[in-house]
This record gives sequence, structure tokens and C-alpha cells, in this order.
Amino acid sequence: MQVSTDTSGKLRQITYADAIREAIDQVMHKDPSTYVMGLGATDPKGVFGTTIGLEGEYGPRRVFDMPVSENAMTGIAVGSCIKGMRPIMVHQRADFMLMAMDQIINNAAKWYYMYGGQKSVPLTIRAIVGRGWGQGPQHSQNFQAVFAQIPGLKVIAPTTPYGAKGLLTSSIEDNNPVIFIEHRWLYNQVSHVPQEYYTLPLGKANILRKGTDITVVASMEMALEAVHVAEKLEPNGVSIEVLDICSVKPLDEDAILGSIAKTHHLLIIDSSWVAFGVSSEIAAMVAEKGFDLLKAKIKRLGLPDVPTPTSPSLSKSYYTSEADICNAVCEILKTNLEATELGLSDFVNDVPDEYFKGPF
Amino acid sequence: MLRIRIVEEELMRYYAEQEMRCPVHFCVGQEAVSVGVCQALAHDDSVMSSHRCHGHYLAKGGSLKGMVAELYGKSSGCASGRGGSMHLIDLSVNFLGATSIVAGTIPIAVGVGFSNKLKDEQSVSVVFFGDGATEEGLFYESLNFAELHNLPVLFVCEHNFYSVYSPISVRQPSSRDIYKVAASMGLDSIRIDGNDVEAVYLATQSALESVHSGNGPYLIEATTYRWVEHCGPNYDNHIGYRSEEEYLNWREKDPVATFEEKLLKDTCASKEFIGTARQQILKEIRDVVDYAKRLPFPDSSELAKGVYAS
Ligand SMILES: Cc1ncc(C[n+]2csc(CCOP(=O)(O)OP(=O)(O)O)c2C)c(N)n1
Ligand SMILES: [Mg+2]
Repeated sequence: MQVSTDTSGKLRQITYADAIREAIDQVMHKDPSTYVMGLGATDPKGVFGTTIGLEGEYGPRRVFDMPVSENAMTGIAVGSCIKGMRPIMVHQRADFMLMAMDQIINNAAKWYYMYGGQKSVPLTIRAIVGRGWGQGPQHSQNFQAVFAQIPGLKVIAPTTPYGAKGLLTSSIEDNNPVIFIEHRWLYNQVSHVPQEYYTLPLGKANILRKGTDITVVASMEMALEAVHVAEKLEPNGVSIEVLDICSVKPLDEDAILGSIAKTHHLLIIDSSWVAFGVSSEIAAMVAEKGFDLLKAKIKRLGLPDVPTPTSPSLSKSYYTSEADICNAVCEILKTNLEATELGLSDFVNDVPDEYFKGPF
Repeated sequence: MLRIRIVEEELMRYYAEQEMRCPVHFCVGQEAVSVGVCQALAHDDSVMSSHRCHGHYLAKGGSLKGMVAELYGKSSGCASGRGGSMHLIDLSVNFLGATSIVAGTIPIAVGVGFSNKLKDEQSVSVVFFGDGATEEGLFYESLNFAELHNLPVLFVCEHNFYSVYSPISVRQPSSRDIYKVAASMGLDSIRIDGNDVEAVYLATQSALESVHSGNGPYLIEATTYRWVEHCGPNYDNHIGYRSEEEYLNWREKDPVATFEEKLLKDTCASKEFIGTARQQILKEIRDVVDYAKRLPFPDSSELAKGVYAS
């Protein structure tokens, strides 16, 4: 990892939102074929702050708002790709992207393959997941598994600001369509992010926290929840390794198997629906390639097979709580720890918790 | 109109208590479109809407209790707490639903009109949507089918010149009018002052006459203006996407105050009458909020119920 310090010699810390903004800024500076479009890309809020100032820097030809026409605009982005452009599209909610499913799946994902590799589609689509505050059935969905199932797409899901910047630069540099999933609870997360331009390989997982007893595979907000639980369980004799997949597709199978080879136990936390989900894929892969490494059954956590309810009383049991994670870990390891006694709540708030704000 | 205004303003005040835990799009400033259209409708005519649906729902006669309980996430809310502010429904008055995906209900309403025709029913299917929705392919595809099959559908575009913070100028060519797009697709259409409730009412009456006489779908483009932020209860002219001056110009054209003045001038209503109405409405909404706050939340054991129809 490269390291940047500020004037007082401290490590440079910025938010996830700023890391994304910086990645776009630096790629746009480097590569004149890149451009940014999205509803609200140039408005005063700048898509959670991630596009602020870009229009001023690169002009309205390269950074622009668009009509509420997701499907056509995606096709237009694909059209510009085959003329050598490298568009970055952003959707304030992944749910709005469903309007563009035809262009994403039928065209963007397959253009390279279906003409025998003559033209590629280096399109990056930022899809923001909007959990919380009653976002409800149509403003909170994470379609990671839906996209990952489509041949030709890559699906990235960064957790840390450091990862967000490096993975976004790589996604834009990549010659394929990349669905870049962001979770709005992460925007205020802070971590060290080097000032310099850097890339991170797509398809490489990251050990967020080292441990020896059990591997918890997760991503985004669930990876942070897992780290929090791991911190609480450590003094109680349970050592959790949190593996942040960073990339849903390609999936870093080696990292997952490597961690299980050490811990022999596996809990997978899905940031989306469990049924037919990314966690299903990971579990199947481990069953096929790492069955002998396991000393206990795999467990999965994540969203039940239900649309997101709006009422706060229902969304509490919809999302995965710290206590759920603690209980699943204990069940797998056959230990008896009382989650609430460790300060791990079964309460799922509909706004990010205290520790979502600070560094982790 | 006064009722919608006061209900919205009161809800805006209560929203600050952080107990309505869902995104809310208030319609203050745009009430005349809801009222003018719905006053002209018959009970059997159906209405559908989008994220900004409170006015349409109330004007069609939707239950205030059901709406407020829904905003508070309560189990007796009009969508059982599953949907929130953007998903109002009251089948008893033929308010068939609202959704949060822009343009999403336009084809649904055409489907309703299509069924009315198949079933030889006389009712008209009305759908409210914003200027932003006319940029989705769904809008064109739906108008095309409605026109092709001569369906009894009334499209009402509430043109408030913005989609979130994006002015119409960055989204549509300035030289083109939405109602003319509809006309070029074969529909009868008109543009009216959406802040003039009488104009909206009269235009809707003649649109309905046209639909009933078998002329097929009709589109009304009603120009109007949203006073508060896109989503939420605050005034946000200071953040820079629109000018205070533009906002003040539109406030001059306050649909509620203008109509009140007209009623007073024409001696159709007295100051006392309006004052009493105001007090009654205030009491009504405050009572409903008190009531809604005390209602039970859905039990978490119900989470997975109702995903599939039996
Ligand atoms: C398909 C889709 N794209 C984007 C959004 C985000 N969004 C929510 S409301 C809105 C504004 C739409 O503007 P308009 O139709 O004019 O309605 P208004 O808010 O002005 O009443 C947008 C873009 C969405 N909900 N659905
Ligand atoms: Mg609008």
C-alpha cells in the first residue's frame, strides 16, 4: 500500500464519498475519453458528494445531468463505448437501474462476445444501495447476484475508502462493463487513502481483520458489522477473521479457501437476499472445492426472501443484526456467548450507528 | 385544496419529530392540479400516482387516517406499513396505487384503461406524473398503446419544471412542449395553468367528455411549482439549484390563496367560513396524527407474510 501523509505527518484520512470523488477526478484527468453522467451528477448535492466540483473541473461536455431516461442513456453510453469512450454512469439508487436492464444485459454485457471480440464496452455503472429510513421496497435493493449472474459483467462492492478509490479507478480502466455497487451507509466512513493515483486488482479479496477460529465472508456494510462483532468477541476467546470480498465477480476463491484452510469454519453474510444469492454461490464453491477444510456446517445470514418493508418495526427484523452475527458464529463454533451481554444488540437501526461514522 | 395544504403543512411540521421514518415528497404549491382533476371525476374513475401522491390520494377521497398511519409505519396504514408515503392506496375510492419509480404507474394505468374497455365499463383511468416521467420510454410506449387502442385514459402531467434539483432545461429541449409531444402521438392534449383550480377542473371536464365520446386518451399538461424541497419538509432555495426570485414569483401564484380571494370577491364564501374550515381541518389532522402515533406497529412475526397471494 502506498502511503500519504498530511502536513503534520499524519496518515491522510478521507471519507468513502471523497475517495470515490477523487478516483473519478484522477481518472478524468488522466484519460480524456472518460465522462460522467447521471441524474443529479451536477446538482448541488453531487450524488452524496461524489461528483461535486467535477463539472467545474472538466466542463459540461464531460460531466452532465441527464434526462430521466435510464434505459436509453445506458444504450447511449454503450454506443459511445464502441466509439472509444469510457463512460461513468451513476444511479442514486440501484433500483432505478432496472429501467436499463435490457441495455445492460442484452447489449453492454455481451457486445464484446457476440461480435467475436471486435469492440469492448468499458462502461462503469455506479449503483447505490439505499438502506434505511424507510427506503422500502423500491429504493433499497442490492442486485449484486442478479448482475453477477450475467456473463460479461463484473461486479464490485467496495467497503473501505481505500478500496473504493482503488477499485473504482480499476473499474474505469477495465475494458469491460463493471457494476460498481456502493452502499450509502458507507459514505461517511473514513480510512487512509493515498493522494496518488492507484488501482487495486478486481477480483482480490481483503482481510479486514485477522483471526484464527472462524472465517466470516462479507462485503460492504455487513463486513463492517462483522468487524464490530469480531472486536467484541476477541476478548471472549473467539477469534474471527473477516474477509471482505471487495469483488463479487470475479470472486476471489483462493482467498476464501485460504482463510478457511486456517479457520476451518465459515459464516457468510450476504448484503442482499440469501436465497439464490452471492452467499449461495460462495457456499457452493466452498462445498465443491473446500469441503474437506470445513469442521462444521456452513451458515449464511442476509436478507430473507421478502421485499424490503418500509415500516421501521419490520425493517428491524429484515436486516441482519450484530446479535444475529454473534449467534451464528457461536452456533458454528458451538460456544455459548450471550450477544447482549457483550454489548451486541439485536436492534437494527434504520440509520447508520455510531460506529458507522468513525474509522474502524 | 385548503385541506391538502393544511394537512401537508402540518405533516411537514410533525416530520421534524423523526417519527415518520420514510422519505416524503410534499405537494405544497401543486394542490390545484390534484383538486381540479379529482373534483371532475366520478367515483368509479380510478386514479394512480407517483412518489408525490398525497394530494392525488386526498383529492380522490383517500382516507386521511390510512395515509397518516402509513407514514408512521403502522399496521393499519393504507398499505399495512409495507409501503410508506410513496405507496398510498385506497381501493374504496378507486385510488389504485402510487409507486416510487418514476413513470412506473403510467403503463399500469393504461392497463387499467385497457381492462375498462375490455369489460365495457365507462370509467376512465387517470394517472398523475411529473415532467421528469415524460423522459422515460415508458411514457411514449404507454401513450402509443393507449392511442392505438383508443383507451379511456387521462394522462395528467404535473409540470413543475424540476426533477429533484435538475431543471427542465438540462433534460428536455426548450423549444418543445410536453402536451405537443402527446398531440404528435395522436392524443388530444392541452396545456393549462395548473395553479388555477377552476381551469384545471374545466379542462378535466372537457377531457373526460372527449374520452367518454370515444375519442381515446387525453393528456393534460398542468404547469405548477413545488414549494419545498424535492423530498422532505424544508425550504431549500438556498442550496443553489433554483433562485429565491423564481420561487417568490410562484408563491405569488399560490393556488390556495388565489382561489380563496376569488371566493371572497365573488362572495361565494365568507372570511368566517374559511376561517372555520381552517380550524376544523387543523383539528382533524392533529387528531389523526395523535391517533396514528398511538397505533401499533406491525409485529415482526408478520415480516414474511404477504409476499405471495394465496
Ligand atoms: C426510474 C427512476 N429514476 C430516477 C428516480 C429518482 N427520482 C425520484 S423522484 C424524481 C423526480 C422526477 O421528477 P418529476 O417526474 O418531474 O416529478 P416531481 O418530483 O417533480 O414531482 C427522480 C428523478 C426514480 N425514482 N425512478
Ligand atoms: Mg417535476
